[in-house]
Order: sequence, then structure tokens, then C-alpha cells
Amino acid sequence: MPKLNMVKALNLALFQAMERDADVLVLGEDVGVDGGVFRVTDDLQRKFGSQRVIDSPLAEAAIIGTAVGMALYGLKPVCEIQFSGFAFQCFHQIENHCARYRARSQGRFHIPMVIRMPYGGSVRALEHHSESEEQFYAHIPGLKMVIPSGPRNARALLAAAISDPDPVIFFEAKALYHAAKEEVPEESETVPLGRAQVAREGSALTLIAYGAMVRVALEAADVLRDEDGVDAEVIDLLTISPLDRDALVTSVKKTGRAVVVHEAPRSFGPGAEIAASIMDGAFLSLEAPVRRVAAHDVPFVGFAREKANIPDVPRVVAAARATLAF
Amino acid sequence: MPRITLEPRFQVEYLSILDSDGNLDTALEPKLAGEDLRALYRAMVLGRRLDERMVRLQRQGRIGTFAPTKGQEASQMGSAFTLRRIDWMVPSFRETAAMIWRGWPIEKLLLFFAGHLEGGQPALDQHDLPITIPVATQLPHAVGLAYAAQYRGDDVVVMAYFGDGATSEGDFHEALNFAGVWHVPVVFVCQNNQWAISVPLKKQTHSRTIAQKALAYGLPGIQVDGNDVLAVYAAAREAVDRARAGDGPTLIECVTYRLGVHTTADDPTKYRTDEEVAMWEQKDPLTRFRAYLEKRNLLEANVEQRIDEEIAEAVRRFESAPPADPLTMFDHVYAELPADLKAQREAMAAREPAAPARTGEMPPPSPTPMRGQRLTRR
Repeated sequence: MPKLNMVKALNLALFQAMERDADVLVLGEDVGVDGGVFRVTDDLQRKFGSQRVIDSPLAEAAIIGTAVGMALYGLKPVCEIQFSGFAFQCFHQIENHCARYRARSQGRFHIPMVIRMPYGGSVRALEHHSESEEQFYAHIPGLKMVIPSGPRNARALLAAAISDPDPVIFFEAKALYHAAKEEVPEESETVPLGRAQVAREGSALTLIAYGAMVRVALEAADVLRDEDGVDAEVIDLLTISPLDRDALVTSVKKTGRAVVVHEAPRSFGPGAEIAASIMDGAFLSLEAPVRRVAAHDVPFVGFAREKANIPDVPRVVAAARATLAF
Repeated sequence: MPRITLEPRFQVEYLSILDSDGNLDTALEPKLAGEDLRALYRAMVLGRRLDERMVRLQRQGRIGTFAPTKGQEASQMGSAFTLRRIDWMVPSFRETAAMIWRGWPIEKLLLFFAGHLEGGQPALDQHDLPITIPVATQLPHAVGLAYAAQYRGDDVVVMAYFGDGATSEGDFHEALNFAGVWHVPVVFVCQNNQWAISVPLKKQTHSRTIAQKALAYGLPGIQVDGNDVLAVYAAAREAVDRARAGDGPTLIECVTYRLGVHTTADDPTKYRTDEEVAMWEQKDPLTRFRAYLEKRNLLEANVEQRIDEEIAEAVRRFESAPPADPLTMFDHVYAELPADLKAQREAMAAREPAAPARTGEMPPPSPTPMRGQRLTRR
């Protein structure tokens, strides 16, 4: 099996989907000749032509809006928004139309499209290039919200998202693009959307994370094992919405304690929904309140101060210790 | 370094064929068969009579708020008449006359305006998008449909509708720009009815015409007398033929007037004068077209009466629709219901009484009516 980083793994998923199905199109800013600013769509235009890999004019609303039209016609567009921070300029198309067309037309139309966006911090980037906005999309009925945590699941999830009949918002952590290589099978592979995975088994505490924060949670689990002799379970959500509540409840019934980690600001973020779901399903098993380790409720802080804002291993370890000591 | 004058071609045509005094430019008169002219008139009258009926239904609380068409029948029908069934129509929210022509059953539209999403479901063989309410956001969809048709090699044209207010929205400009760059078969039909709720055209744009905005995107733009169905038809025919031939998109500005309210929750006396409305009533698209048909001996007898009967039957069918089953709100969220949504559905099923038997009556109107809507039913 070849070892690929996440950029190459995503590229492989796109290539195979386009090879298999002539209805799959890629559009966005700089996705063609340039192969995308992160090179995720590298070489696709050369292989599939400029009608299928479209260097669109620079306008997020029309990228998503025209893709909605293509999807209404029966195509399967995969859009790239260059950075998730620019997606507010197409948020109305996503909320008003991507998410609603199935309901508005009572099933006559559906929107089988994927919107890929690089998200998240830790890459020394400017404002609008470092934020995490998954909570906005996870809140919208009719959308699915997916965030992979490594090359292999990124490839399998993107393949699943492209074949999904509903609109999928697909966030790619910039911090993970070149972070690690994994063995990725050449034959096509998908994992079902809406299913979390146990990234590490444990019994004392459940750490819940997704995207770039899975790595942080796993490292925190190492520290807890090495320094505290505690076995933490780590759950990788993979799909934020629809949320795999069963996986959370099953784990917390076993461990009795949970800490949620995310890069989005804390208030009204995914952590709140996750905590509520654990309360609903595993209240009698809880030994401590569910804690959240998240970015602070402040606007963009600049990368000089980013380290203090985005959850890191010491903060997760501290929250875990407080939860264990409760 | 020179400072020279570039000279982009800047001309906007205005087209009028049959004016409000009945003068006809026979050189420009489209070659339409008598049967087509009758069909056009019939569809325009249906639009007008249904509109008037719907205002009464709304005042009686039998349907909710809607945006009346009155005055814009020629703009809508002159353009929609050029489409074939396999072409696509992308409406905004004031295209009742054109939507009925395109095949939406009257009772379905009534159902839609009575708060039932079932009314917004196009038939499987219908190439029509449902009503889009956020202004101008449907225009990129039209461009995407046209791109997809071109990509598949289908012989299809897309026609998209919007108003003068929509031309201030970013989506309008983005859609025209994408359409120009991609050179797709789409026709943009602006019904410039002079008022975006209370804001007149002169406060909407500093441009002399809306048609000229096309030129900035490298597309042809034409302004037509939007109350002259022959002129609208001629301009649309040309644009549709051009799109079909692979020669790209067109913007048509139909200069018309909203004779009625913006929606049934609106009171236009607050922002415009009776004299202005009376002046536009003199230019009523139906009056001049009727006179034209009369002169050509093409007017059908009792057409209004037959249309009223058709509307009355549709209203009866609408009112015998089954009451809304709340559980169906979960049917079309995703292809497959996620576990938590399934649980929400089950909780509702346990909470809600079984759907009442068909009584032939619609459920009572919303307890919080829009302004101008009565709570009680007749």
C-alpha cells in the first residue's frame, strides 16, 4: 500500500470518483491549472479537462449557487472554497438552497454535492485563514458535516461524501494536510458517514475529538497513561452531523467521564451538543460533568497568540485530570 | 505612457411593437399563428383572474401571503411562451401566470400559498424549479442548470426570472458574470416593475437602464416594453434562439408595472400615488392585446367566463386537499433519516393525535396572520 499524506489521499479520492462517474465535476477558485492552493485537485484538470475541473471566477456565492443548479440537473459537483473563512460569502446559498432543496421540492430534487473547505489553525496564517466554523453547518438541518483526521479516513470519507445523495460540508484541517503519511489502499475505500470511530480504547475517561484535535487527544491520552497510569479512550467523530450519539453513549457508559475537544469557540459549539447527548443517553453512568476544551469565545486572535487559544495537549490533560478527580 | 480613450460599444435597444394606444409596428410584428395568439391571451387572462381570486382567498384567510402578478402578465407570458417543455424555467416568487402556463396545477400553487410544501413539488417530468424567495439567489442556479445541460450536450435553454430590486444583489452580478464567462444557454428576464416594495427604481440603481448592466459582463442586453406581449415575445424569441444556437446568454429588461401590492401584507398607498397607478393602468397589457386580437378577429367568446369556471374548479380541488400530516415534515430532510431524527419523529408520532379524517376542509389559518390577513375563515 502506498503511503500518502492527506493532500495526496484526497486527490486520490477525487481522481477515482471522477474516473468512475462522468457526473462528478470539480469547481472552485484555482482548482484547475493551479491544482488548488493546497494542491488537493492537482493534475485533475489535465486528466479530465477544463469542462470537468472548472477554474471558476472568484465568487463564492456563485460557485455554490451554480453547483446547486448543476446538482438540480443531476450532476455531482465537488466545490472547493479556498478557505472556510470565506464561506460566509456563500453561506446563504448553503443554508437557503443546498440544505433545503430536498424539502422545498418534497423530494423532487436533491442536492448530491460536496463542499470542501480547508479549516482550522496552527499554520501561522492570517485572519479568515485559521478559524473553525463547523458549528454553523452542523446546526443546519439537511446538511451533513464531515471532518477527517488523517489521510486514510480523509480519502474514504471524501469518497463516501461524493456518493452520498445529500449535500456534505467537508472540512479539511490545514494542520493535517502534510502532517503525516499513512498507508492508503489503492482500491477504492469508503467509510459510512454518520459513524464515529474509537481511535484508542480505554476505560477511565472518554476524550472526544475530530479533525486536527484527534492528534491532540491521542497525545494527551499518552501523557495520561505515562504520567497518571490512566487509560483514556479516544473517540474520533469523523462526522459531526448527523452525530453518532450511540458511539458517545456506549463509550461514556463504560468510562463514566468525558472531555470534548474542539477548535471552534466554546459557546454553542459542537461540545455543547455532544455534552447534551451524553446527558441524554448516559446520565446515570456519569461520575463527573462533561468538560469542554475549546477555543475561547473571542474573534480571531492572530497567530502570535494562537497557541494560547487553540486546545493543546497540556490543556486537554488538565481537563482530563480535573474530570478524573471530580 | 499614453492616456487614451477606450471605446467599448455602448448601445441599448428598446423594443416596442404594440403600444398602449393600439399602434402596431407591422414590420416588427412577430409571426405567431392565431392559435398561439389565443393561447397567449388566454394565459394572460388566467393569470389576471387567478390573481384577483387569490387576493380574495387571502383576505378570507383561505390562503396565506403571496405576491400578486397583476400588471406583469405580458412580461411573464411573452417570455415563458418561447420555452419548450424540456427547457427549464427558474422563477422567483411573482410568476404565477408563467408557472401555470408551464404546467403547475392551479390547486397546487394555492396549496403552496396555504402553507403546504406539497404545493412546491414540481412533477417528475416538469423542468421547473419551485418558487425561490431570497431575492436573486435563484440566478446562479439557472446558470448551473445551463452549464449542466451544455456539459451533457442536451438541447436545453434555461430562463430565469427576477425583479428590478434583484439587480442590486450580488448574486445577480455573479450569475451574469459566470454566465458570460461560461457562455451558457440562459436567458435572464428582469421584470422591472418599478418598485421593490417601497423603493423606486431611481433609488435602486443609478444606471439609466437595467439592460445595460449586461454589457459589463459581455452579454447582450435589451429593454422592451414589458406591457407589450408582442415585444416581449419577440425579444425572448431572439434570446432563446441565440442561446439554443450556442451563442450564449442574454438579459432582457421588461419595463412593466406592479399594479397591485408587493405582497398581500403590503400597503402601497404609503409610498406611491394613485395618479402614478392610474397612469400605468392606461398601459394595461391585457387591454391593448385584447384590442389587437379583436382587430384581427381572433378573440374567443366567453373566454373570461370559462377561465373563471376553471379557477373555481381548482379552488374546489384545493379545498378538498387532505389536512397537513405533521409527520411528513421528516420525509424529505435526507435520503435516509438519521437515527436522532428518527427518534424525533417517533416522539412526535406519540404526541400528535392521529391525522384527522378527510373533511374536505383545509386546516385553520395560522394563528399569527400577516398584516392584512384575517384570522377567521369565511
